[in-house]
Amino acid sequence: MSEKPVKGERRVFMTGNEVCAWAALAAEADIMYGYPITPQTDIMQYWTRLAPKYGRKFLQTEDEISAGFTTVGGVIAGKRAFSATTGPGNTLFQEPMSMAEMMRIPTVVIIPQRGGPSTATVIYSQQEVTMTTYGGNGEGFRIVYSTAGHQDLYDYTIKAFNTAWKYRFPTFVLGDGYQAKMREPLTIYDPAERGIKMVKTEPLVGLPGTPGIHRPAQYLRNTYNTEEELYDVVMEIARDYEKAASEIIEWQDFDTDAEMDVLILAHGVVSRSAQGALPLLKDEGIRAGHFRPVTLRPMPEEQMRRAAAKAKRILVVESAYGQFLKLVKQSLYGMDKPIDTLLRPGAGVTAEEIVDRIKEGR
Amino acid sequence: MTREEIALAPNMPKCWNAETKPHKFCPGCGHGLALKMLGEAIDELGIQDKVVFGCDIGCSLLSWDFFNLDSVQTHHGRTTPVITGIKRARPEIIGIAYMGDGGGYAIGAQHLVNSATRNEKVTAILINNTNYGMTGGQMAPTTLPGQKTETTPYGRDPEETGYPTLGPEMVAAIAREGAYVARGSIANLRQLKKYLKKAIQNQIDGNGFSFVEVMSSCPTNWRTNAENTWNFVEKDMAEYFHVGEFKVPGQKEEK
Repeated sequence: MSEKPVKGERRVFMTGNEVCAWAALAAEADIMYGYPITPQTDIMQYWTRLAPKYGRKFLQTEDEISAGFTTVGGVIAGKRAFSATTGPGNTLFQEPMSMAEMMRIPTVVIIPQRGGPSTATVIYSQQEVTMTTYGGNGEGFRIVYSTAGHQDLYDYTIKAFNTAWKYRFPTFVLGDGYQAKMREPLTIYDPAERGIKMVKTEPLVGLPGTPGIHRPAQYLRNTYNTEEELYDVVMEIARDYEKAASEIIEWQDFDTDAEMDVLILAHGVVSRSAQGALPLLKDEGIRAGHFRPVTLRPMPEEQMRRAAAKAKRILVVESAYGQFLKLVKQSLYGMDKPIDTLLRPGAGVTAEEIVDRIKEGR
Repeated sequence: MTREEIALAPNMPKCWNAETKPHKFCPGCGHGLALKMLGEAIDELGIQDKVVFGCDIGCSLLSWDFFNLDSVQTHHGRTTPVITGIKRARPEIIGIAYMGDGGGYAIGAQHLVNSATRNEKVTAILINNTNYGMTGGQMAPTTLPGQKTETTPYGRDPEETGYPTLGPEMVAAIAREGAYVARGSIANLRQLKKYLKKAIQNQIDGNGFSFVEVMSSCPTNWRTNAENTWNFVEKDMAEYFHVGEFKVPGQKEEK
């Protein structure tokens, strides 16, 4: 039972959903709560096959509202608890995640995005960016990693647990249906052997000793009586978030050192099309670079602005109708840069399409 | 102690947090009595160090710092899943979910139904005062036929809005062996405490889901004086909602 699920390093060829289940096991996740929805369901299916072998638990709930709130319960009980959902399920998750945001509950949720709005498709999209970064009746005090492939899924699922428990913000691994269902080669590993120490969990309720006698009782709440009281609470969360942001942000840049005719901004799996477009554009004599934010919340704004400053124009590419574009505009506010777009809601983007878009221009 | 001190010493359960008393429920509200019986039940079972108390939104919210118990205030209707999540993660904890009739029978009905179906080893306590108290007295799932509320100003018409939810009867029908289901009333506190104790003991014994509905009073929104408040709880409500145990583990059920 106590045997480690992943020993040493192992080269594997897996679907992204299988990768997430292995990553959660390797990250010493204690319990998963979830409700089936395509293309997320296989994470649960792999987890339910693997978890009992390593003494981990699972609860299939009645809906995603319950999956979110039971995950919150598992975390406040002091366990490394997580869930996975997508699309309309992600919509229902916004209620429990707003509670996690307010009460600093380090939940981890994996989201392989599907098409939207509504039921839409079970295939692929990047249309849950707005909801995952700024959803619920909250202020976006969340951490969102946008993964671009299977190695990312493994690395950032493990990392999500540590970021969540270190900084105490709900943390999301934002993938997509392509990554969920595709197989790719990657290396899975025991985090400890790579020097990754799992951040210790601790309970918020069910502490040792009798409350009121040996220690004060724990009173966890999300309701406040006055404007001033709430203002102080939210501003404290905001300060903590801003302080942690510089330690959390991650990004990648490609060919952004020199002056550029165009800087391609893309995140997640679309970043790979952007990376693929760079040599093709070079052949055409176009000087192009690419900037990929790995964290969408918090956003690596300074780094994006530095890259943008060296480009004549910006091209924003995404599988949504401007959700990432909004975050880009917010980050580049005040810069005098023309922004072109290639927006394909719920549809994939190839490197060639990006090249064509740049050539047709302006 | 002087005579005055003896005379004034409030008779509070040990697990109550005296610093948050007097509590904030309206005069004549039944929540205080239900929470007193719950407190005495916890004292008598000697489990103050093992309970995690969850409270819902609505008037039940006012119990968030009521006890010297680790407590979590959740969202409207979501106390049952939060307590379920805690219990699944840490089975040694005794999880108590405290809610109103809106939280249990309307917005959180799916959680009550499915927790009962899965026989979750938690204890849910639901206060039935036939209206939404915190928001100012609107129709609840438990509002009696003909009863006037802010959203049924001419009286609840069952043709339009259905009949009051019979919660314990529903839970007893869907829960399997091991569940404990009862309906008590603030009009019979000794009996209510017995039910609450059995509902918690049933969780301690690991038998299954435990559910107690408590018929309670809301004179503020009912706009009733003391006499009419009591009449409403003891007579009008009791005619529709029957007190008793609906499911007891080990007890043979009549078909």
